[in-house]
Amino acid sequence: MNVITVPSSFDRATIDSFLDEVHKHLGERILFDARHVRWFDPNGLLGLLVAGRMAHDAHGVPPRLELPEQADVAAYVGRMGLYSAARDIFDMDDPGRSTSSRNSDVLLEITPIGSHGDVHHVVDQVQGRASAILAQKLNYSVTAAVPFAVILSEVCQNIVEHAEASGWVAAQTYFWKQRLGRQVVVISVMDVGRGFRGSLQDEHAARYGDRWGDVTSLEAAFLHGLTRFPDSGRGQGIQQMRKQVRKWNGAISIRSGTARISQVPEWDDTPPLTDGLAPVPGALITMVLPAKDETE
Amino acid sequence: MTGDPLDRIAIDVQAILDGIGDPVVQQRVSLHSYLITRPTGRAVRMAIEAQLPGPGRLSVSVIDFSEVRLIDFSCADEVVAKLLLAYRREEGPDAFFVFRGIGEAQEPQVLAVLERQALAAVVQTPEGVYELVGVHSDAERAVWARMEDLGTVDADGVDRLVEVDRDEGALDRLVARGLVFRAPDSGRLHALSRLVRPAS
Repeated sequence: MNVITVPSSFDRATIDSFLDEVHKHLGERILFDARHVRWFDPNGLLGLLVAGRMAHDAHGVPPRLELPEQADVAAYVGRMGLYSAARDIFDMDDPGRSTSSRNSDVLLEITPIGSHGDVHHVVDQVQGRASAILAQKLNYSVTAAVPFAVILSEVCQNIVEHAEASGWVAAQTYFWKQRLGRQVVVISVMDVGRGFRGSLQDEHAARYGDRWGDVTSLEAAFLHGLTRFPDSGRGQGIQQMRKQVRKWNGAISIRSGTARISQVPEWDDTPPLTDGLAPVPGALITMVLPAKDETE
Repeated sequence: MTGDPLDRIAIDVQAILDGIGDPVVQQRVSLHSYLITRPTGRAVRMAIEAQLPGPGRLSVSVIDFSEVRLIDFSCADEVVAKLLLAYRREEGPDAFFVFRGIGEAQEPQVLAVLERQALAAVVQTPEGVYELVGVHSDAERAVWARMEDLGTVDADGVDRLVEVDRDEGALDRLVARGLVFRAPDSGRLHALSRLVRPAS
């Protein structure tokens, strides 16, 4: 059995190298060793599920997951709903009683997205919590919960409309001490579907000829608003998400296939475009919304 | 509209203003709570369309968003943009719409879908003022605003609009886009605000 150590700090900074490592061992039995993880952000939590699904699909049997040992980490990922989401993917020990996220500090626990009804559920869940968190922790206006819910709705619909597979969403707020010295909200949405290239292939690939690939398909959707639907009203979701994220001085990034495309503010050193990553199924979308500087 | 049954119907728009709505049917559709996802928007649009009197009969509808707490872009595209597109005709639509109750929570989404589809719409602000929003030329705005000031203009009084219409096609485009109503028989022009006031 191949042992893959889950990064001790598993977040948007470490997810690409982790998935590259997972890709090397697909087709073999894998043990994901998360015993020593000290920190998961929503990207880490969903990244673990994506990796588990990749391993499961490639090998045909559930990979093994060793759960975090540190008590506060174990409790946190329980509150975020990792155990219930992981149960269908991994072979894992019973984590015992996990704490419900209700009335906890969780903004949006891991929530499966497979239908439009799930999108309604997400928006219902997040409305009350988002209003308080965005206003109190991020210094956003009291009305910011509306555009926040709108971008959540749009990004989750992206799975339902385009992925042809299920996925997950999670969001959390925490203090980003090293990079910004500010509170942030991190939203992560991932699926294990056909990805941007697969979604746009039939409609747009011919026009791009030899240039067609993960980079061009991401650019087509992310920068130009192309969609597989001929309907001119389609394709606004990502454009409007980018616009709103920019308004909040946030970052948005999408990995699909072997490429990652990002819209980065001045505080973020993520490259706008990365190619040559190991192929992953579906789409991995992450947004980081920083607290408004009180001097702004 | 020659040859259309409308030609044979005496449409008394003044009767509309008095609340006598047939054959021009006035409606009010209230939309509630969270309008999110495309299927929801599609269902709402179909419910609105089901209340319209059908081809050949003129209607003006007030689509009221006052009770809507949230609308996403997908839903706004289905409820607002596709509704307007469905009834757009070169000779003027047979269904006219005025949108009401579009506040801070709904406005960015509604404006974005209008822009995306190069549409314009008449909205009533919370203060009761009627505005032309979306994509339109300066000439269209000028003629629409003049029309709004005047309320109604007889066919032989169109010259009163021409003075602001440096782009000669602006009035026809407003009619074709369902932003001004031209009575088929008399050619009389009506600001939509005047048509919906009795339904307010």
